[in-house]
Amino acid sequence: MTDTWEVVIGMEVHVQPRTRTKMFCGCAVGDVNDPPNSHVCEVCLGLPGTLPVINKAAVEACLKTALALNCEIPRHTKFDRKNYMYPDLPKGYQISQYDLPMSKNGHLEVDGRRVRIRRVHLEEDTGKLVHAGDKLHKARESYVDLNRAGVPLMEIVSEPDLRSADEARDYAMELRTLLRAIGASEADMEKGQLRAEPNISIRRAGSSELGVKTELKNINSFRALHRAILYEVDRQSQALESGGQVVQETRGWSDAEQRTFSQRSKEFAEDYRYFPEPDLPPLELDRAWIDEIKRALPELPSVRRARLLDQLPAGQVAVIGADRELADLYETAVAKGALPLPTANWIVNEVAPSGKLLDPQNLAELMKLLDAGSITRDQAREAYFEAVETGRTPAEIVAEHGHKQISDESELRVLAEAVIDANPKAAADYRAGRKQAMQALMADLRKRAPQANPKVANELLLKLLD
Amino acid sequence: MNDLTDLTRLTIREAARHLRLGTFSAAELVTAHVERIERVDHKVKAFLRFTPEVWEKQAEEADRRLRQGDAPPLAGIPLAVKDVLCVRGVETTAGSKILRGFKPPYTGTAVDRLFDEGAVMIGVTNCDEFAMGSSTENSGYFPTHNPWDLTRVPGGSSGGSAAAVASGEAIVALGTDTGGSIRQPAALCGVVGMKPTYGRVSRYGLIAFASSLDQIGPFTRSVDDAALTLSLMAGRDPLDSTSADRAGLDVLNNYSGDVKGMRLGVPREYFEVKGIEPGVKAAIEAALFVLQRAGAELVDVSLPHTDYGLAAYYIIAPAECSSNLARFDGVRYGLSEVDAPNITEQYLRTRRKGFGTEVRRRVMLGTYALSTGYYDAYYLKAQKVRTLIKRDFDEAFKKCDAIVSATSPTVAFPIGSKTQDPLSMYLCDVLTLGGNLAGLPGISVPCGTSDGLPVGLQVLGPQWGENVMFRVARAYEELSGVRAEVADLD
Repeated sequence: MTDTWEVVIGMEVHVQPRTRTKMFCGCAVGDVNDPPNSHVCEVCLGLPGTLPVINKAAVEACLKTALALNCEIPRHTKFDRKNYMYPDLPKGYQISQYDLPMSKNGHLEVDGRRVRIRRVHLEEDTGKLVHAGDKLHKARESYVDLNRAGVPLMEIVSEPDLRSADEARDYAMELRTLLRAIGASEADMEKGQLRAEPNISIRRAGSSELGVKTELKNINSFRALHRAILYEVDRQSQALESGGQVVQETRGWSDAEQRTFSQRSKEFAEDYRYFPEPDLPPLELDRAWIDEIKRALPELPSVRRARLLDQLPAGQVAVIGADRELADLYETAVAKGALPLPTANWIVNEVAPSGKLLDPQNLAELMKLLDAGSITRDQAREAYFEAVETGRTPAEIVAEHGHKQISDESELRVLAEAVIDANPKAAADYRAGRKQAMQALMADLRKRAPQANPKVANELLLKLLD
Repeated sequence: MNDLTDLTRLTIREAARHLRLGTFSAAELVTAHVERIERVDHKVKAFLRFTPEVWEKQAEEADRRLRQGDAPPLAGIPLAVKDVLCVRGVETTAGSKILRGFKPPYTGTAVDRLFDEGAVMIGVTNCDEFAMGSSTENSGYFPTHNPWDLTRVPGGSSGGSAAAVASGEAIVALGTDTGGSIRQPAALCGVVGMKPTYGRVSRYGLIAFASSLDQIGPFTRSVDDAALTLSLMAGRDPLDSTSADRAGLDVLNNYSGDVKGMRLGVPREYFEVKGIEPGVKAAIEAALFVLQRAGAELVDVSLPHTDYGLAAYYIIAPAECSSNLARFDGVRYGLSEVDAPNITEQYLRTRRKGFGTEVRRRVMLGTYALSTGYYDAYYLKAQKVRTLIKRDFDEAFKKCDAIVSATSPTVAFPIGSKTQDPLSMYLCDVLTLGGNLAGLPGISVPCGTSDGLPVGLQVLGPQWGENVMFRVARAYEELSGVRAEVADLD
């Protein structure tokens, strides 16, 4: 398939900027688990007579994002109304941006490839419908929760520069890394703070014309994004190869069934009757303010990653460079005297999977204890998590538990002999050439003496068995 | 002042003086108005509903402040509020059945500011549904009658507010003006009605008809009262991004009646509009003569795009209304046809039942004008015309300080005479809507009668130029001796 079809993907990503309040009123941006309609007021309920007021923090987050994505910021921008009726849209229109977005013409580097960004604009989110029964048209009862109505959203639209499911996923992940690094959004996909909608089409390899595209919605993880695109590419190529055609439509992704399904075809697409929002005067963006935001931008992930690559292998950089907190932890701990590679490995193997971060000073201290051979890796792990839980220092914990590592050969020789005596079958197996039998011997040894230096003990067992 | 036995013919200034002198109390003033309403409102039908729970508390508070000696300027003054302005806990329906039973949980800024200044709300006045109309016949409830001739309309859309002031049911009333909805009924009812510069008064709490044109303004019995009321509700509101704090409003000064040396622009197109009545023209020409004799210079000006103004207005206003009225879907408040088989049908049934003919017509016109393929030809073109009309006024104001004309081409017309012909109704706004398209301040003051019915003189000022507009209107009021009077109705 890949040699006959070229995949073309453009991404629309909706991101909830980090703000305290909603886009056009003073209501708090609540949590997913807050009771329905607990963050609403007359403005976001769309009551008659109410008017929107622009949230400056949302504009700032959008400008930050746009600048980090190398976008141009025009002098004038404005909001427009996108008109359609739906029960989750209290005003009967969404305030969005149409022909004069907050920014345009940027780009993002993903694994050395440049993905062009068409625009980044601001809009408001809709509410949420909960149906008792089936979908809206069949449900007996439907409930409207407007906690999310009016929550700010940035829409980041790329050009159709992505050529595979891998690239699309990597693009979305890179975007998340960037948004977190600059503090524009927490970009948590599971909380709906980052929603990716790929526009997918395929064309004959070598063709320069775009095929008919479909847009995918309801994707709530990077894994789902990847799978949905693979599925859709497969579906489209099968359709074309069997003499059929692709219909321009919006399709939903079902995680349960692992397939896409038709939601709305273009013939039934709404005419949104965009027109300038008369309740909000056009925004004239202050150049000095934009320069200030630009100056205050932290180091971008791509720059930091390049610096980390000077010290560490690519595998470790992929993990550490993708997360601002991990990278901060790494760099600060190293600055406080921890060795780079062991610290990076520790972060990759212990910190990243658990999500539990110790302060850099204490991590550096722990790394030094481990490096000096004073404690075992298991002891270090125990001390690490206890330190995270209790806030005490690793040194205190190690001293209190009497953790130490036995590296003394004469002491360990007695132990190794006892292990061989106790496990005659494993010893015989090893001697007969089944090297994996060593694992059973080591396990028994660590059970008898958790504080044994595994490297020295292993060497002793090898020596005794030879 | 007038006969003190009748407390329902006073201006704000007169009433305020007597309230401070202790001639009568706020409670007595309110009671006099309530009794007047009981006598005459079944004839005029200016009010949709009354608010005793509000006026009792407010009158009591006004009397307390008056006794204390720190009463705000409007303390104890009976106020009527058009049914498009939200008042907390008071049913507010925009003259529409679709909002029946809707009680806003908040009070809009303009009304709230007048409450803070001591005004006492008497009730909610009738209007054309969602302020769409020029006769108050499009009310979802009943028509209001002109106090000077009960067989005729009071004008609209703020007909209830104009009629309330003209019939002695309130000393001041609030209206809204999108294409002439304050000035035209003021003219037809013989009272003062004033539309501020767009942005002068916050629209927060005003149930929107056309957001880029709507402004709130007062109906009063004198120019001074209009200036005072405006000054108390004007100014930047953080809840309305289109509102502004601007100079040009030192209304508490006493304007002298002096117009010597002022240049008054007379736009020839406004005197040649289709259907202008000779009697109206004659009354206006007489008024201009009064001003000229007092030393004002009459200058010929031209507003060449006047003919296109009406067309542009009837694209832009419906376009905005089609979007503003989308929220009335029967899901959250007001009328709801819940027995529909599905949501689309629920929308259709609710809106079909809740909206009147004129509202439906404008929603359809606006929806069409914004549709893909028509947007450029209609909405965009109309916005270009709007720019040209603004430019016309800019040019005219280079040659003059204020523009004077009739407010309405006709006097009050018989109820039912235009309801079958929407276009003839739309023509009622031909002299006023330019002010809305250009965002200018305008006032209508009584200037005599034609066939025994009131005629209004319109004075338009430049943007943020309320002062000059008030000065001319006040001068005319003083020089002519023509006052807004209260109809007898007995």
